[in-house]
Amino acid sequence: MTDGTEDLAVLSAAPESAAEQAMRAVLDASAVQRALTRIAHEILERTQGADDAVLLGIPTRGAHLASRLGRQIAAVEGLELPVGTLDVTMYRDDLRLKPARALGRTEIPGGGVDGKLVVLVDDVLFSGRTIRAALDALGDIGRPRAVQLAVLVDRGHRELPIRADYVGKNLPTAQRETVQVRLAETDGQDAVLLGVKKAGSR
Amino acid sequence: MNDGNWTIRGARILGGDVRDLHVSDGVFAAEAPAGARVVEADGLIALPGLVDLHTHLREPGREDAETVATGSRAAAAGGYTAVHAMANTDPVADTAGVVEQVWRLGREAGYCDVQPVGAVTVGIAGERLAELGAMADSAARVRVFSDDGHCVSDAALMRRALEYVKAFGGVVAQHAQEPRLTEGAQMNEGEVSSVLGLRGWPAVAEEAIIARDVLLAAHTGSRLHVCHLSTAGSVELVRWAKSKGFPVTAEVTPHHLLLTDDLVRGYDPVYKVNPPLRTQADVEAVRQGLADGTIDVVATDHAPHPVEAKDCEWAVAAMGMLGLETALSVVQHTMVDTGLLDWSGVADRMSVRAAQIGSLDGHGRPLEPGEPANLVLLDPAASRVIEPGALHSRSRNTPFAGLKLPGAVHATFLRGTATVLDGKVIDR
Amino acid sequence: MKRHLLSTADLSADDATLILDTAAELARIADRPIKKLPTLRGRTVVNLFFEDSTRTRISFETAAKRLSADVINFSAKGSSVSKGESLKDTALTLEAMGADAVVVRHWASGGAYRLAHAGWIRSAVVNAGDGTHEHPTQALLDAYTLRSRLGSLEGRRVGIVGDVLHSRVARSNVHLLATLGAEVTLVAPPTLMPFAVDTWPCSYSYELDPVLPKLDAVMMLRVQRERMDQAFFPTEREYSRRYGLHAKRMAALPEHAVVMHPGPMNRGLEISAEVADSTRSTITEQVTNGVSVRMAVLYLLLGGSEPAIGTENEEGAK
Repeated sequence: MTDGTEDLAVLSAAPESAAEQAMRAVLDASAVQRALTRIAHEILERTQGADDAVLLGIPTRGAHLASRLGRQIAAVEGLELPVGTLDVTMYRDDLRLKPARALGRTEIPGGGVDGKLVVLVDDVLFSGRTIRAALDALGDIGRPRAVQLAVLVDRGHRELPIRADYVGKNLPTAQRETVQVRLAETDGQDAVLLGVKKAGSR
Repeated sequence: MNDGNWTIRGARILGGDVRDLHVSDGVFAAEAPAGARVVEADGLIALPGLVDLHTHLREPGREDAETVATGSRAAAAGGYTAVHAMANTDPVADTAGVVEQVWRLGREAGYCDVQPVGAVTVGIAGERLAELGAMADSAARVRVFSDDGHCVSDAALMRRALEYVKAFGGVVAQHAQEPRLTEGAQMNEGEVSSVLGLRGWPAVAEEAIIARDVLLAAHTGSRLHVCHLSTAGSVELVRWAKSKGFPVTAEVTPHHLLLTDDLVRGYDPVYKVNPPLRTQADVEAVRQGLADGTIDVVATDHAPHPVEAKDCEWAVAAMGMLGLETALSVVQHTMVDTGLLDWSGVADRMSVRAAQIGSLDGHGRPLEPGEPANLVLLDPAASRVIEPGALHSRSRNTPFAGLKLPGAVHATFLRGTATVLDGKVIDR
Repeated sequence: MKRHLLSTADLSADDATLILDTAAELARIADRPIKKLPTLRGRTVVNLFFEDSTRTRISFETAAKRLSADVINFSAKGSSVSKGESLKDTALTLEAMGADAVVVRHWASGGAYRLAHAGWIRSAVVNAGDGTHEHPTQALLDAYTLRSRLGSLEGRRVGIVGDVLHSRVARSNVHLLATLGAEVTLVAPPTLMPFAVDTWPCSYSYELDPVLPKLDAVMMLRVQRERMDQAFFPTEREYSRRYGLHAKRMAALPEHAVVMHPGPMNRGLEISAEVADSTRSTITEQVTNGVSVRMAVLYLLLGGSEPAIGTENEEGAK
């Protein structure tokens, strides 16, 4: 299906914003899958079996990644972890910079988060503000015993003291570059794309 | 009193022949008088000074909105040499004393002739006849009687009023509005009112009264004048009455020639008026009625209101629109420029007939030697954007704000005295 | 630039769906220990009520507070009879206080529109009911309730019964339900049916019984007893007999159909106690849903740099 030499026209045919030029793939579908598999193993290892872990993905793509990790962990260890979603829109610190956004779904698994090890899952870690918002949102829902973070891509340029516990790929980038994650569930195929954004978009 | 002799050069008389007009001693003269000042009138239309049968000058009582002086000044600016001042002042003009006061204030101001209208009933309460004879005999020589603002809804009282004024050649001008059908009414009853949730003022409330009154006029043999007719059905009724030879005349306002109830969608009270703005079909019908003479006159129903009476919610806003300074332009826009009426028709509908109905000597006369020199010179090629702040009226509630309308008054003469020259009012 | 929610006629299907979807997400916080979101922290929402309405005011107040906004309640006296402080002066006072949003209920139709467009204030304006004109958040919470009970509103048949002529709830619902693809039938005696109703995007009937068996939902409107004195209908008994929803009529509704009422009810006049308290009745859910819907409206108008819904504010208004 897909190999390292993606058809750039196909990949850039569905850009998220017209301000971005054609992008190149830095991770292809199989690389994405390998990264997820590794993260799943790491979670199991570092949480010593993950018996009180709860995966919460941040919509949209983080939610899909969390589901995949849940399935991966179930396949490896036969362990059904509670998987849910945590929308952070209402807690963002940049709400007033853009028009009011539609909300994503928040589904906290039945067992709640109190006393649990919550692993937040997102696609790209950049400034860290989304995760800060997620921590605030989580705080209004309950009191986990610990919170960890799993991301598919860490592209640097943190603006807050936030770090990921599990990283699929470390991708050093320039500020003016843009990183986009494509997933089969939302975009038809898996990939991580890197490109240069035009001035004025964020 | 006049300020001398004039030669008006090259005007189009009633929009027709180009001729010079000469004025001397307050009347038109056959030849250029000595020492005449010249007004170059090339391209201008000369009409007899306009006569308004329906104006609200608000004095006495509401001088914050308008006075006889400011209102008659605005009238001159609009090309008028005579206005009929309606009686719904405070106190009401239902006695010789009040009508004489208004008449005197008009003479002192000197911008145009102010002919007071007398109320039909005491206090415009619709219960007892006012002293119509006393008002007719007073110095103000009242001939037009109206409870305008309110309807004389009691059929017996209306009959008596029609009969009574025959003794001195008076005419009853009816504000046709059946009160029981219009309680709390805010705007025309129609599609727009049902969507906006504003209580409707149905056409039948106007038409039912007109139907009754034209029959009463015929029965009593007395003259009826229908104020501010606004619906297609009303035009039909007057047409029918005239075809039967009934002594009926009718007027329409400039705003009813142009504006519709669609404008109310923004809830801007500048469009709140009684009778309300109607539908496009009604606008077409009244234009046609004015064109074919079913409607005799354009009457402004100039209704000044202070800012706070309009800068509020629709329901508490006052009803009424300014009209004196925009009437001629609106008539040009809706009737002349559309080919429905020519300038001699405008002279007829805005001066001649109004003077006849009001029994006003000296106005609406031909522009011929010997006749009083009451005249307006209009530049039909000019145009202006209506700015409320630029009006001469003390109030600002014009529904034409921001509209570009054709025509501008160049000069107005009241018995040979220039009240407006070069488009500017001459103050004494 | 602020935008306003003045009328459901201004909402496209996408706007309306966005509001309902957002409300669905916000409804969940009612299940959390901390029923608060920080989103409108530091914003001021003023409840400006020229007409008494404790229920609607509390609903808006709760919605604003759950979003961490500061709430100021301003109860202005006045009616068409006793004028009280003018709308303009009240508005200028609020502008001086720096309100971000004004939720206004006014006894005059067009009151909210005037407040939004007269150039007195720069805040976002939410119409909480203006005279007999509109009550958009009521229609939104009604649509939300219907959606949660029946699923998609596309093709659903909704009856609105009662004093339609004087009902702002009916007007807002007709616009919104039509926009969302539902079929609305108005039922009322001819005296309480709006003039020109045949130009509205719905059908109408003077009789209730033939309409009931086809409906997925019936919304009963409150009938004011004063209308009897103004000759809109002869007696309460006759009105109730011809247009009241009692148990027998409720049985004529399809199994799945629901009964709604915007409240407050005249038990025994337009709706019997039995029907009001039955399981088909959504009356109490409507109240709960009202908070979520109003949170969604406030968030979508105030939460971003510019609103996601609403009508334009016109520049240069008087």
